[in-house]
Amino acid sequence: MGILVLTGRPVIAGRASGIALVSDQPLSFWGGYDWKSGEITDRRHPLSGMNAKGKILVVPFTRGSSTTTAVLLEAIRAGTAPVAIITTAADFFFALASVVAGELYEKSFPLIALSDLDFGLLRTGDQIEIMEDGNLTSIRKEVT
Amino acid sequence: MTLILSDRDHEMQAGAHGPAAKMAMSILVRMAEISGAKELLDISGAHIDSTVYIGDAGLEFAERLASLGAKVSVPTTLNVSGLDEHHWKEWAVPSDWARQAQRQMTAYQSMGTIPTWTCAPYQTEMRPVFGQQIAWGESNAIVFANSVIGARTERYPDLFDVCCAITGRAPAIGLHLTENRAGKLLLNLKEIPEALQVSDDFYPVLGHFLGKAAHDVIPVIAGMKIIPNEDQLKALGAAAASSGAVALFHMVGITPEAPTIEAAFQGNKPQETSNITMDMLRQARRELTHTDNARLDMVVLGSPHFSQAEFKKLAPLVAGKKKSARVKFLVTSSRAMAQLAQQAGFLESLQEFGAQLTVDTCILTTPMLPKEIEFLMTNSAKFAYYAPGLLDKKITFGSLVDCVNSAIAGDIVRDETLWES
Repeated sequence: MGILVLTGRPVIAGRASGIALVSDQPLSFWGGYDWKSGEITDRRHPLSGMNAKGKILVVPFTRGSSTTTAVLLEAIRAGTAPVAIITTAADFFFALASVVAGELYEKSFPLIALSDLDFGLLRTGDQIEIMEDGNLTSIRKEVT
Repeated sequence: MTLILSDRDHEMQAGAHGPAAKMAMSILVRMAEISGAKELLDISGAHIDSTVYIGDAGLEFAERLASLGAKVSVPTTLNVSGLDEHHWKEWAVPSDWARQAQRQMTAYQSMGTIPTWTCAPYQTEMRPVFGQQIAWGESNAIVFANSVIGARTERYPDLFDVCCAITGRAPAIGLHLTENRAGKLLLNLKEIPEALQVSDDFYPVLGHFLGKAAHDVIPVIAGMKIIPNEDQLKALGAAAASSGAVALFHMVGITPEAPTIEAAFQGNKPQETSNITMDMLRQARRELTHTDNARLDMVVLGSPHFSQAEFKKLAPLVAGKKKSARVKFLVTSSRAMAQLAQQAGFLESLQEFGAQLTVDTCILTTPMLPKEIEFLMTNSAKFAYYAPGLLDKKITFGSLVDCVNSAIAGDIVRDETLWES
């Protein structure tokens, strides 16, 4: 077991816990996320085929299409969205989805920005817990 | 950092300009705080990308604003909608889906917007001017406005563009501000033959490469031997905004903020310099094709929407010819461009060739393709980038001439001459 305690910036504050899905590659939700299922469908993305529903999605930022926010909002309404998103900078597209979901459905999700260095420490499969102040713990079961 | 609001901003926030302006301003203020803005600035134009029907959440957002009496306060164009309003029945669009998409169109039209229904608002009479502060959604439109026109917009997502349009305000951040428009990454074209630079298929390939090389930093391309036309720059930007998050590029000697390398970098040194070689471009071109099957079911042109100049170019290529009966040939465009093309007589040869035309929408945003269509060919890197994920189709990228020749042959044929040398 390894435990990491990291200091993040709460772009949108809130609590969440879940299994991490991590990539250092940016993601477009339009053409990259099936909001009906939560599957990542960008066939060039390392997370292609993984399902992010209920997970904590860890990607540096969004790429490409300005429709990413709208797709994420659909996923939130449909219950297929990640429970939280961790990025390297305050990503406007993700943040807006959380703000609008708060406005329309009272369902905002936490969005945390980490330094590049801390971001690089997270791995897919880590059990992450996000606190209200943006700090988080990440627990990794050692591979035997 | 504290956000300082004007008196009018405060009034809107408090509801003095109605409940829709209140909701829009509340989202705007929240996002301005998140992005570290010190203030909001006036905009004099907007382009709403949120018109694309995705699902019920986007529709509920639009109808909430509309029911609160939302009206835009600046001239506002509308992006593609979920369907070709008058011709969707000719395709495989389910009628309940069409009904929802139609409701979304109605909601945005009720706000006093201009129903352009195009992803290329820079091809309309509402095209912004150099230095104009605007709030645009739609990634290809954003990169075109910033780079080719020199207007100023941040890379705004769906749902936010409409908030700016209603309030007439945008956060004073990012590409709205001169100091953030300087190039960061210098890319020198290295021994790229002039014959290739003249060719249309050079630009989507270069754009695809650019997006991956630049991610979200501002790239500066140097070493062009020719002056590309607007449609070539449109294809470049659309590709770079798909494979990367490019919202502004400079091209030395060509785009308005880059008369010289020094100007492109605002007198600063590039943070990074590298070359673009033929090998890199060949690799980028290969990435845009997802099958080695020569089967062809359909050619798709017009992503972003076909311009009048593109119709003019296509017409003589297809004149007097017929496409193969087993291949569909589709051009997507706006009502305005299609009408201009019609008046100029460009559409007759297309019709005789067997081409179909769709307006208002984008093949990527409307469920119009029947299942049996699996193998597509396009001259758009943006389309080639998104179609596998969005439509689950196999794509081959080629030049406009390759697309026409393939449609005639009934199988994919590509001229490799320019890419081999």
